[in-house]
Amino acid sequence: MSLHELYQEMIVDHSRSPRNFHKLQEKAQNLEGYNPLCGDKFTIYASFKGKKISDLSFEGNGCAISTASASLMTEFMKNKSFDEAESIIAEFQRLVTGGELKGVDLGKLQVFEGVQEFPIRVKCAVLAWHTLRSLLHGERKAVTTE
Amino acid sequence: MMVRKDFPIFNIKVRGKPLVYLDSAATTQKPQVVMDTLNKYYSSQNSNVHRGVHYLSELATKEYEAAREKVQKFIHAKDSREIIFTRGTTESINLVAQTFGRERVQEGDEVLITHMEHHSNIVPWQILCSEKKAHLKIAPINQKGELLIDEFKKLVNPKTKIVGIAHVSNALGTINPIKEIVSFCHDHGVPVLVDGAQAASHLKVDVEALDCDFYTLSGHKIYGPTGIGVLYGKLKHLEKMPPYQGGGDMIKSVTFEKTIYNDVPFKFEAGTPNIAGAIGLGSALDYLSALNMEKVQKYEEELLKYMEEQLLTLPKIKLIGRAEKKAALQSFIVENIHPHDVGTILDQEGVAVRTGHHCAQPVMNFYGVPATVRASLGIYNTKEDISLLVLALKKVFEVLG
Repeated sequence: MSLHELYQEMIVDHSRSPRNFHKLQEKAQNLEGYNPLCGDKFTIYASFKGKKISDLSFEGNGCAISTASASLMTEFMKNKSFDEAESIIAEFQRLVTGGELKGVDLGKLQVFEGVQEFPIRVKCAVLAWHTLRSLLHGERKAVTTE
Repeated sequence: MMVRKDFPIFNIKVRGKPLVYLDSAATTQKPQVVMDTLNKYYSSQNSNVHRGVHYLSELATKEYEAAREKVQKFIHAKDSREIIFTRGTTESINLVAQTFGRERVQEGDEVLITHMEHHSNIVPWQILCSEKKAHLKIAPINQKGELLIDEFKKLVNPKTKIVGIAHVSNALGTINPIKEIVSFCHDHGVPVLVDGAQAASHLKVDVEALDCDFYTLSGHKIYGPTGIGVLYGKLKHLEKMPPYQGGGDMIKSVTFEKTIYNDVPFKFEAGTPNIAGAIGLGSALDYLSALNMEKVQKYEEELLKYMEEQLLTLPKIKLIGRAEKKAALQSFIVENIHPHDVGTILDQEGVAVRTGHHCAQPVMNFYGVPATVRASLGIYNTKEDISLLVLALKKVFEVLG
């Protein structure tokens, strides 16, 4: 397993210049994700329209893997429906842990495949995704209440 | 030191490369003699201690108590009864907090520690203070990672009931001026617990000269087995302290109406102790004594100086912990590269370092970093290890630079 498979060009690029790296204006939901073991801390911001993620951004501090993962997530998940988002999050989890994939299209998120060879770094790759999932679950409850 | 051959672990390959072990502050590797001692104990001496009348029990008891005397000599305690075997430094500090501390600290009192403590010298005192409605006071440090001794002294007052302080900081390597601190605290009637987890494998420890009230050790950080540690306490304190845990071995007689506790140190060793661990620790201390701790200290000081110099030749490296007096480790960060990424890349080169907050989050907060990379040394490290660290760091720049 070479380091370059873990630190692929796209991952290094997104870790150096994270996309959607800012707060979201008004009405955005936000949730903090924190990994107490390594100190990685991100806040994920999301706006919803109907049952869709209409906008997504993040702020915070972390290693190259967790930062790039959050950055690529904010790009990839924009305009996804809640159902699509759930299945992508689950598939991403399978990708980085070496689970059996179910054919959900992960597009360029495939660059994180190398993470499965570095078990200690899995939690870095999934931090933003777990946070988004919690955010979505919170939002759904709110939506149901209305 | 020509000791590498004594440590079988250096025969392994890590990802096809020789092992460069720079994580001795987390745990040291073990010399063959310690493993042989454990093997010998389980093969030909194994029995429970302080109980049976049979041959093996007598033998195991003799070896276990001999280990206690080895610890006594190694840290220069007056009396072997002042040596209590525990699971490690964490348990030793909890023991003191929950017995000595519980009796001594009352509502409104203060416990004083420093900003550079390991979580294990913070949390037991927080638990005590919260139970007693007492206050935990923190003595500040400077940017170099040294205790501000004048500020420390200002914090000692009639409400101060105990001081807890690291001999050597695990995150910064700072050696604290324990003798001066103990002397000052005693002038004000305050007893001092010294966390020696990071000191005893690097410095010659003399508890009598330090005059501290309590001193703690972890066996696995001093070339011994895991799961064994030491609490040294002055006899005058230990005799007055209530037991920590109840059970077998810590009693003289038990009826349902009344139990008479055993004498020290047995009063604090409830249940069957880690007999093999204690005997293994004894052999590790024999091994270190034969090397001579003054020589160990001198060798590691030179190596640390070399490591600092070499790290400073690299661009983008910021050293954290620049105290005048330091022992055997250097924390650092690489500009714009997270310590975990540094750690992963070094690991691919066979170089083992610790990355993270080192169980010292207040230290990380002080420097405004989430984590650092820590390279820590032991007697088996060489200048070549440092050169390989430097080469591996160059690889970090190549991959992520």
